[in-house]
Amino acid sequence: MRSEALHFALRNRKLVVGTVVITVFLVAGVVGPMTIGHKPADYVGPAMAPPSGEFWFGTTTFGQDVFAQFLYGLRSTFLVGVLGGVLASVVGMVVGFVAGYRGGWVDELLTMVTNIVLVLPALVVLLIVNAYLGVRSVGVQALFIGLTSWPWAARAIRAQTFSLRSRDFVDLARLSGVRTPKIILREIAPNMSSYLFLTFILLFGSAILIAASLDFIGLGPTDSVSLGLMLNNAARWSALQLGMWWWFVPPGAGITAIVGALYVMNVGLDEVFNPKLREM
Amino acid sequence: MRRYFGRKLLVYGLTFFVAVTVNWMIPRFMPGDPVQSMLSRANVAQPAAVEAMRVHYTAMFGFDLPLWRQYLNFWGSLLRGDLGISIWLFPTPVTDVIVRAVPYTLGLLIPSILLSWVAGNRFGAFAARRKWLDNTVLPLGYVLTATPYMWLAILLAWALGIIAGIFPVAGAYGFDLQPSWSWEFVGSLAQHWFLPFASLFLVAFGGWAIGMRNMIIYELEADYVNYLRALGAPTRLVRRYAFRNAILPQVTGLALQLGVLVAGALVTEIVFSYPGLGHLILQAIQNQDFFLLQGTFLFIVIGVLIANFVIDIAYVLVDPRTRTGMGEAA
Repeated sequence: MRSEALHFALRNRKLVVGTVVITVFLVAGVVGPMTIGHKPADYVGPAMAPPSGEFWFGTTTFGQDVFAQFLYGLRSTFLVGVLGGVLASVVGMVVGFVAGYRGGWVDELLTMVTNIVLVLPALVVLLIVNAYLGVRSVGVQALFIGLTSWPWAARAIRAQTFSLRSRDFVDLARLSGVRTPKIILREIAPNMSSYLFLTFILLFGSAILIAASLDFIGLGPTDSVSLGLMLNNAARWSALQLGMWWWFVPPGAGITAIVGALYVMNVGLDEVFNPKLREM
Repeated sequence: MRRYFGRKLLVYGLTFFVAVTVNWMIPRFMPGDPVQSMLSRANVAQPAAVEAMRVHYTAMFGFDLPLWRQYLNFWGSLLRGDLGISIWLFPTPVTDVIVRAVPYTLGLLIPSILLSWVAGNRFGAFAARRKWLDNTVLPLGYVLTATPYMWLAILLAWALGIIAGIFPVAGAYGFDLQPSWSWEFVGSLAQHWFLPFASLFLVAFGGWAIGMRNMIIYELEADYVNYLRALGAPTRLVRRYAFRNAILPQVTGLALQLGVLVAGALVTEIVFSYPGLGHLILQAIQNQDFFLLQGTFLFIVIGVLIANFVIDIAYVLVDPRTRTGMGEAA
């Protein structure tokens, strides 16, 4: 069974392309900053220089190295995506499993809470929260993104749990006296593991996009650089009017490539797990 | 059906309550002192003047009262439509500032949401299971839907505004014009509206097209499709049935995506200095104008709640099962 999934995974073009893109950017974000001798905010070169052999992505109005900012920015982008995605998945899973498995008033209550958080526009809530935070870090940003973006995941997982909980093997486990948390972890979760993984990938991508919007509005981390913050700086210092395309093209392209690769990977994985969707 | 709407309204009412409470709580329980940051922004040297301002701002927030009293007062002034005085545009009331900006945001949001939804769904349904369209256009759809709104806006402004010089890239109308109902003004308005609209439309379009394409592929595997095919029904008829089934999750998806679309409009407005709510939020943050920020938040929440309710009504119209009460709608 496992080798069958692998067989289809290696032959799925979407999955392979998506994974390669993510890996390249991940390596660039993790290893890249170590190869750069200076900090991203250092004034190291001539001002407003276009891309050259020395500064691959050119320099900003202040002579900062755009390539260095890009590499460091990739790092915070992945960090925010992973932390925010993991937190949102965990909250979504706990709420979804408990609501779907328990049913009754627990379900009613959790569904109500889920629906309320679902209707509230996440970015606008984050705006308010971050505006009052004087000092902002990537970690805190990820924390609040995680706490606001879980509802749809919880709803989807609840529906899946609902359809699994009355199966024979779950009844059997219950009859043999297995406790609820163990039933959820051992019997229900493994039967939707592929679904949970897909949910995580989507939350990962959306956390990156939300963080980028926040950074762009000017509520990004105050202690580090990120791709959204680069866009914010480029817009604030009129890179557009000055024709400094090398300042605003790379960060946006980086975000688009990472999130796009995640979405494509998601579809590829879906096809691997779900035989019906495989291209004939 | 009455139960359906009853539940929805209950959720929306509670959401509004939560939103107001969150709005009230954040300045009071978050780390950081809003009064202090407003004082430091004002940058006044005389200690006596600073003290007077501190007293004034503290009274404006009502920090000198007991908490329960503050909370009740907050609701009281909210119900009177009083959201405080803007600091950025002192002494205009926040409500006035927002009401002036709302038409611009709605003028961008409503057409881009509706048109991208209709066009994206049609296109996605058309592309599904057609080899060459599926392979050439869908990667493009993924790129579009993964694009941050502000980046596409920046690219469009740069390519069509700065380099080609076809469209203006700032404001809602020419700086030399006064708002009026002349042809010149309306033309200028349309010209300034096009690029922000186009970037919102394109990103959303990609998402709807992909969503619909995936739904149609699911539907085309369903039993009823196999049955119709076995009966020898023409492909067009089969696709039409698949479309009608696939459109339902897309209506729900519209409700789920509202927050993201609104967020997209906010950052797009910032790119184009378009004088809507996004522009207000930027000014509020840069000027530490917390009253304006909180007022805008409430307006957006109310707008999203109303839009959700409209979508609920649309869902009932599209899905016959909710009308007859056969199924519990999600």
